[in-house]
Amino acid sequence: MDLKEKLVSSFMAFEDGLDLDHPVHEERSNAMKNFETKGFPTKKDEAWKYTSLKGLQKIDFSIFPKHETTLEYKDVKKYFLHEIDTYKIVFVDGVYSSYLSETTHDGVDVCLMSSAFSKPMFKQVIEVYFNKAASKDESLTSLNTAFSKEGAYIYIPKNKMPKKPIQILHLATGNEAALMLQPRNLIVAEDNAEVQIIERHQSLTGNEVFTNSVTEIFAGKDAIVDYYKVQNDAPTASLVDNTYISQKNSSVVRVHTFSLGGKLIRNNLNFYQNGERIDSTLKGVTILGDKQHVDHHTLVHHAQPNCESHQDYKGIFGDSSTGVFNGKIIVDKIAQKTDAFQQNNNILLSDRSTINSKPQLEIFADDVKCSHGCTIGQLDDEALFYLRSRGIPKKEAKALMMYAFANNVLESVRIPELKARINKIIANKLGVRMGFDL
Amino acid sequence: MAYTEEELKKELETKEYEYGFYTDIESDTLPKGLNEEIVIAISKKKEEPDWMTEWRLEAFRAWKEMEEPEWANVTYKKPDFQDISYYSAPNKKPKYNSLDEVDPELLDTFKKLGISVDEQKKLAGVAVDIVMDSVSVATTFKKTLAEKGIIFCSISEAIQEHPELVKKYLGTVVPKKDNFYAALNSAVFSDGSFCYIPKGVRCPMELSTYFRINQAGTGQFERTLVIAEEGSYVSYLEGCTAPMRDENQLHAAVVELIALDNAEIKYSTVQNWFPGNKEGKGGVYNFVTKRGLCEKHAKISWTQVETGSAVTWKYPSCILKGDYSIGEFYSIAVTNNFQQADTGTKMIHLGKNTKSTIISKGISAGQSQNSYRGLVQVNSRAENARNFSQCDSLLMGNRCGAHTFPYIEAKNKSAQIEHEATTSKIGEDQIFYCNQRGIDTEKAIALIVNGFSKEVLNKLPMEFAVEAQKLLEISLEGSVG
Repeated sequence: MDLKEKLVSSFMAFEDGLDLDHPVHEERSNAMKNFETKGFPTKKDEAWKYTSLKGLQKIDFSIFPKHETTLEYKDVKKYFLHEIDTYKIVFVDGVYSSYLSETTHDGVDVCLMSSAFSKPMFKQVIEVYFNKAASKDESLTSLNTAFSKEGAYIYIPKNKMPKKPIQILHLATGNEAALMLQPRNLIVAEDNAEVQIIERHQSLTGNEVFTNSVTEIFAGKDAIVDYYKVQNDAPTASLVDNTYISQKNSSVVRVHTFSLGGKLIRNNLNFYQNGERIDSTLKGVTILGDKQHVDHHTLVHHAQPNCESHQDYKGIFGDSSTGVFNGKIIVDKIAQKTDAFQQNNNILLSDRSTINSKPQLEIFADDVKCSHGCTIGQLDDEALFYLRSRGIPKKEAKALMMYAFANNVLESVRIPELKARINKIIANKLGVRMGFDL
Repeated sequence: MAYTEEELKKELETKEYEYGFYTDIESDTLPKGLNEEIVIAISKKKEEPDWMTEWRLEAFRAWKEMEEPEWANVTYKKPDFQDISYYSAPNKKPKYNSLDEVDPELLDTFKKLGISVDEQKKLAGVAVDIVMDSVSVATTFKKTLAEKGIIFCSISEAIQEHPELVKKYLGTVVPKKDNFYAALNSAVFSDGSFCYIPKGVRCPMELSTYFRINQAGTGQFERTLVIAEEGSYVSYLEGCTAPMRDENQLHAAVVELIALDNAEIKYSTVQNWFPGNKEGKGGVYNFVTKRGLCEKHAKISWTQVETGSAVTWKYPSCILKGDYSIGEFYSIAVTNNFQQADTGTKMIHLGKNTKSTIISKGISAGQSQNSYRGLVQVNSRAENARNFSQCDSLLMGNRCGAHTFPYIEAKNKSAQIEHEATTSKIGEDQIFYCNQRGIDTEKAIALIVNGFSKEVLNKLPMEFAVEAQKLLEISLEGSVG
């Protein structure tokens, strides 16, 4: 049985365990219908031209994990940003692990989607926000909506800020031969609220994992949201990450994506600017080797005047890896005085690696400043020579230059410990023992 | 007193299409519709050999299986392919030896177009092959060219007289099954130009073709084949106009360029098909496949100024097959009123040390949509490939749109690719600067647009550059940003 059929047929079983009178139920069934008609995207779809999900569909994923697993904190400690105190929402094989988590209802809500769906006190928020930013058309998002049940729920009321950053961690134990996960996150920062979130997916074994995640983020007036995605998963883990962000007046949302490991990663990052003077930042570092494949699809929709967006994606591709960047900026007729900038720089390290880049502008307003730049190149030989003439070995010199190349993106990371951690992962990736904390 | 913005807009919108006249020449038109008989009939009319007829039929069969492409960023009413006449020739089929024999009315047409054949012959020294409703009516300067061994004639003549060359090269760069419109063209092309430059010869003058759709309800399907032998050079110009008509006319041409080792081809186009009236009615659908093949050390340079057509769908491409070959693409696309343009280029790097440059300038005014769509592809064996692309868009008014869809695919680590794109409007400070130096707003805009397009205009041959500049001014007159 192919994966689509399996998902469609297990939807009924999935619904059995849920409250059918809940307003979300209708969203789920509509979404399922959409997925049933559209199915998995194929290479014939323009948006999936360079990324194929064919291989994944051949794997017999189990959709509901059979038994719960407990993990010792010490075994998974290294996957946490344990240097600082944080709230934690941890899922093991898609199931919430209260033992590893630290949630709160003290002024702000940092808890679970399952309780947000079931408890009356969250009902209003769910009604106002759930599935309001996510696409109802895109088939994988629909698939996630249909199976939406568990994930992180973060609600920051007006003028509030949680005491510490929030970590969302998805662990896959490998108890199943092949596991499919569909977490659904909802993040709401009301007017003038602020929040920092770190998200990570981690598979603990070499078993196949396929995660189809959807995150909706709503930023109220003057709200500030920092979202960090750390993608450094096992070489058998695949991830389709759909993020939908809806911003109101003068809000600031920054999303950093670090794609450093995994088999196949597809990031669909969508910004909708529904107000004026909004600032959106999208940054990413991608460093790949082996046969890894990372596909960044970004969309910034400027629908109102006087907004800004900044995109900066850096990619380093070695071995037989493939990188895709497709950045789309849409500026509506009324969105005058838009300042949209998009940059994508790539380095190819091997003749077997491939980069496909498509920076795309669609502009309907005339008084705008929109530009994009895209480069594909190599490390500068002269700079390399300069470093070596000063006694830095070739490998380290190269690593230094690559680090410098990616540094623009790292500079805007506002949690120093996270930055140090990413630096370490990068040093590891480049095979050098360097801290880069120059 | 300068115009007010409103007045300017009005003037622009009512600006008549200057070339919109219809020449009453008796013509020999095939019935509307398309089937195998029509294809055979066209072939027969042209007295073509059997292999050519078979070639057309093969293309037609492939076309029947194909679907019209929809990926381009344009919306239009699809042409009804059974409602088009695929062959229309001026009746008094001329085989002129001198211009005196040409139908005076036809000559008049050319005079109105400002390309009076004899005048050009004397003054500009340009050899012109004029294709009217897809049949070649006059080729000037044939003798001068023949002395150098250059063949410059209509493609139907080439099929008769140089079948070995046509057989060898036709369809090698744009295969007959390449795409929907290329297949259609391969099946029904009625005429076009053929140009052959022998080894080591530098063509002493600019070669030029002039296309015009005259008859109502006809499509124009011309085919151009340019072959530059080793070490030769040719500069080729192409111009297009059509009379004003309410219905949409179809133009689906195929251009193939072959530059052998060390050869250079410079291909310039000024396209000024009827763009439709200010309500967006009528106009020409311009669906063109243009592609060039570069062997070792060869160079192909495309320059285009696109001001006409209701819908343009055109991607002049270079296949950089030989090592050290060079591809260039310089383009200005101007859209106004309801025009839509989806144009750009493809640079396919196959050989080592290949280089390509893309400069694209898009100017949109009125309610038009202007898209750049390009592909830069570096294959895994293309060591040290180098590409530079720049796409700038200028928007005038907030009812138009500018879009960029660059595809960049690199499979070789030594590739060096740069792409940059900007979108802006004419700055108020720029206009103010001109104003305070006594240049009125209208002139200031012409000046700024000219400066914006200069990089491309500079690449055009002299005679064309002047015309292109004029065209730019006409197309944009009054559209103060």
